[in-house]
Amino acid sequence: MTKKLTIAAALLAATVMGGAANAKTFVYCSEGSPEGFDPGMYTAGTTFDAAAHTVYNRLLEFKPGTTETEPGLAESWEISDDGLEYTFKLRQGVKFQTTEFFTPSRDLNADDVVFSFDRQLNTNNPWNQYVAGASWEYANGMGFPTLIKSVEKVDDSTVKVTLNQPEAPFLANLAMPFMSIVSKEYADKLEAEGKKEQMNQMPVGTGPFAFVAYQQDAVIRYKANPDYWGGKQKIDDLVFAITTDAAVRYQKLKAGECHLMPFPNAADVEAMKADPNLKVMEQEGLNIAYLAYNTTQAPFDKVEVRKALNMAINKKAIVDAVFQGAATEAKNPIPPTMWSYNDAIQDDAYDPDAAKKMLEDAGVKDLSMKVWAMPVSRPYMLNARRAAELIQSDFAKIGVKVEVVSYEWAEYLDRSKAKDRDGAVILGWTGDNGDPDNFLHTLLGCDAVGGNNRAQWCNEEFNDLVVKAKATTDQAERTKLYEQAQEVFKREAPWATLDHSLSVVPMRKEVEGFHQSPLGDFAFEGVDLVE
Amino acid sequence: MTDTATVAGIGTDPSLKARFTEFWFYFSENRGAVIGLWVFIALVIVALLAPWIAPHGPAAQFRDAVLVPPAWEEGGRQAFLLGTDAVGRDILSRLIHGTRYSLFIGTIVTTLALVGGIIIGVIAGYFRGWVDTVIMRVMDIILAFPSLLLALVLVAVLGPGLTNAMIAIALVLQPHFVRLTRAAVMAEKSRDYVVAAKVAGAGHLRLMFKTILPNCLAPLIVQGTLSFSNAILDAAALGFLGMGAQPPTPEWGTMLAEAREFILRAWWVVTFPGLAILVTVLAINLVGDGLRDALDPKLKRS
Amino acid sequence: MLRFFLGRLAVLIPTFLGVSIIAFSFIRLLPGDPVALLSGERVMSPERHAEIMHQLGFDRPLPIQYLDYIGGVLTGDFGTSIVTKRPILDQFFSLFPATLELSFCAIVIAVVIGIPAGIFAAMKRGSFFDQSVMGVALVGYSMPIFWWGLLLIILFAGILQWTPVSGRISLMYFFPPVTGFMLIDSLLSGQSGAFKSAVSHLILPSIVLSTIPLAVIARQTRSAMLEVLGEDYVRTARAKGLSTFRVIGIHSLRNAMIPVITTIGLQVGVLMAGAILTETIFSWPGIGKWMVDSVFRRDYAVIQGGLLLIAGIIMVVNLVVDLLYGLINPRIRY
Repeated sequence: MTKKLTIAAALLAATVMGGAANAKTFVYCSEGSPEGFDPGMYTAGTTFDAAAHTVYNRLLEFKPGTTETEPGLAESWEISDDGLEYTFKLRQGVKFQTTEFFTPSRDLNADDVVFSFDRQLNTNNPWNQYVAGASWEYANGMGFPTLIKSVEKVDDSTVKVTLNQPEAPFLANLAMPFMSIVSKEYADKLEAEGKKEQMNQMPVGTGPFAFVAYQQDAVIRYKANPDYWGGKQKIDDLVFAITTDAAVRYQKLKAGECHLMPFPNAADVEAMKADPNLKVMEQEGLNIAYLAYNTTQAPFDKVEVRKALNMAINKKAIVDAVFQGAATEAKNPIPPTMWSYNDAIQDDAYDPDAAKKMLEDAGVKDLSMKVWAMPVSRPYMLNARRAAELIQSDFAKIGVKVEVVSYEWAEYLDRSKAKDRDGAVILGWTGDNGDPDNFLHTLLGCDAVGGNNRAQWCNEEFNDLVVKAKATTDQAERTKLYEQAQEVFKREAPWATLDHSLSVVPMRKEVEGFHQSPLGDFAFEGVDLVE
Repeated sequence: MTDTATVAGIGTDPSLKARFTEFWFYFSENRGAVIGLWVFIALVIVALLAPWIAPHGPAAQFRDAVLVPPAWEEGGRQAFLLGTDAVGRDILSRLIHGTRYSLFIGTIVTTLALVGGIIIGVIAGYFRGWVDTVIMRVMDIILAFPSLLLALVLVAVLGPGLTNAMIAIALVLQPHFVRLTRAAVMAEKSRDYVVAAKVAGAGHLRLMFKTILPNCLAPLIVQGTLSFSNAILDAAALGFLGMGAQPPTPEWGTMLAEAREFILRAWWVVTFPGLAILVTVLAINLVGDGLRDALDPKLKRS
Repeated sequence: MLRFFLGRLAVLIPTFLGVSIIAFSFIRLLPGDPVALLSGERVMSPERHAEIMHQLGFDRPLPIQYLDYIGGVLTGDFGTSIVTKRPILDQFFSLFPATLELSFCAIVIAVVIGIPAGIFAAMKRGSFFDQSVMGVALVGYSMPIFWWGLLLIILFAGILQWTPVSGRISLMYFFPPVTGFMLIDSLLSGQSGAFKSAVSHLILPSIVLSTIPLAVIARQTRSAMLEVLGEDYVRTARAKGLSTFRVIGIHSLRNAMIPVITTIGLQVGVLMAGAILTETIFSWPGIGKWMVDSVFRRDYAVIQGGLLLIAGIIMVVNLVVDLLYGLINPRIRY
């Protein structure tokens, strides 16, 4: 009861205050409900947008609109010569948010940082399992438990992280949402009150916006954090209006019910661009959609067959029909916005006649195959069914019969991993940290066969290059290695690279200061509404 | 209630022709039912002749004709009477082929539910006792769930697809047949002709299915038409939720699901599949009403 | 009466147990692995997978899992969502008012329009009015409501812009949920315009959801009235020179309403099924949409808990309707 009353009072205060000044409220029509508000436990972009980019900060941050890192809560850092020890100097005077449910008594210090690591890595930490089924998927997925040897507090403003082996992408990983820094003081308070689960429902961080309320599947409300170390935001209130249907989001945007929306229907983009009240930002997303052959299955174990099929796919038709043009044809397994992208590589030209001949020369006749189409829409492939149907008719032209198959999403992901899988799989990837390793090694390395490597492709030459690059800290050196790797990839053709989708962000004309993130985040630090 | 014998039949006159004449007399009194019947017959013809009537193949993609509006709209083309969808498929052709799916779904689901329901219902009503109790409890359990929710979860269990959707829908529709059959069997069981047959030494099976069942058919036929239209609606709803027939199958609900993203841009891809569902279901329900009037003595009297 | 009630309860309990077994076993049969889904395209190591399965208790024998589950249910613990990691009962209670509000409005529309329409249609049997009402009712009864909802959105929210597209209230208004019913909360908030906004958001979804119950109630009322009007005592009343109004009002209506009440009660299941589609179309944050989302997210625990809770509600409502039926029907004595 008391809790309810305080919330009510707070809300009343908020509305009164809001009503008095001409409060600026920014409404974002988000595409889905956040799974929770503790970014460490989740992997979905929707959750990160709602929790990590609003309420929290990390030691390093991605510079808005780029994949480069910049100092966040860590002001500076030093890396030992062997690449194993990282010493972070924390920013001074960083305040946690004061909310109706928590008032911090101290500034950010090393305890908070150590706690933020430890609860994810140490299974004995009381916060490791603070809600049923808490699983720190990203920390595990990025190999942190085996990579990180120790995280120590040197003094109140210094933290030292020791690794077991050198890892070039480590700093970029720390800028990822899952490494958000939480308040140890808040955690202690919740623990003392026996309300640990609140950490995941009412977050407290150091970020630009403070959490106010979440009404399930409907609305999330934030207010600008007046104590934010980066300065108070120009908008006063931030609202996430959860709107799962893209057509409805567009309708709301048109009606001025929201200021910005993610993931428009490709079909609507043309009209959005023509609307004088709207503007549209476009950028190649950090993603790739591919058709992965099973390179261990005959006849797809032959390079010529894979090449021939690649030549038979009319990528432009896919880009047009699936994305209405809001994508670019892919020639490399990494997107053009990523460093080390090898633009010198020539794509296999669309040429059904040559493809047909190549197949005949390879001695393949009356080939029939399965093409797997994902059952869900992802940013890199909005409609895999439609793409599969197009590929089906493309392949028919060179005499290859295609059966399109699909499974429920979890099953699809699982079955497509199998080494003896029958058929080629449409799938894709969205980059996590802007590092080429996150594509080339994660998706095509030999370790990933039977897992992320859906082509089941283990090429020694390629693998040596990407493994070497991972352990090298010099970026110029790494770039060279990755460029070579892309050449090998193109020569061997384990995938047909399909597209990199453009990420299209429509917004009201009055929105200023929004940076489109190549990582696909929707972060509202620095946005403003200018009439 | 007084003259249940007429349910059975119309059975006072044994000749089939006379039965039919009587039935048709009542049925044709209902103008709506007759219209419904004609529409339904037309739909059956369309379904049977689909490959010959449809101007294009249901999956044929015209890459130069994406989202073309209906012929009478500006920018429409004669070749695509009702326009095309997002990959340039002719909507009219897809609707025509979709008729096959909808009627097929209705037929299969109704048959499954009817046959299953009758067998279980007759067993429950004939044997009574614990068999009856167990069966009816299970039916209660099925009926405790909203049908669409149960079908949705069932399809999720079995895997999305048309076949599984049909199985799921048949399963959730079937308790109605069980209840009807059971009630009818219980009512008939004590009647003279059954007792007579029993005395004459007829076996259980013969008694159940040859003697009793034919006399309970009227309500089952009415329920059958109802199930037919329900099956089409539920299958379309599942298709719409992405759990029924999978694209590129030209099933109407699935077409609607695919069309949803164009709701504000291309009204025709949304409007026509829904209209097709409505017309079909309406026609069947009209026939169902006519059947009920013609077969139900209670309404005949009033 | 009490005996009847206890008798019904005795039937209810095994049915509820059966429902719980079905809900429980369904989700164990679901293909696809909820744990693998947690990581999406990112592949999880088998060890990690096994670890999480263990944490969630999925690696124990099924009967033990079931007993554990049913024990929890009896103490009000329906488990925790795999995705949001929040207790299912909490989520249910925060979403259920939205569904209840929508269903209530839908049933009010259906009753307020359906019953008079049915009565008048019966009184003017065979007239143009009767035929039109019954024609419209049959169309409503045959309506694929997901399509109907889309059409209404295109027309009223898209072209005419009379109503909002989706949601429960304009984002301009913000007040703490007191009852969870937006209509009541908006009035309590005292913010001007809030109530109007809540109403305008409710209109389209209520119309869509009321479509089928409205058609059923109108048809049922008409045939119940026709039956009653044909009874001897009504004829007698008429012969005595009582006005049509009095005959309808006093004599027939009460008797005709008995089957209609049952029909209304039976609409609860229909409404729940309709809510699944309606809430999906209008992004209405209720339990119908919650269930659909959970099916797609493979949120085992939510599907299981939701099925059980929804079935429980329907069973209780049916029980209440049965009791009510007993109360108003003088011919039935228990």
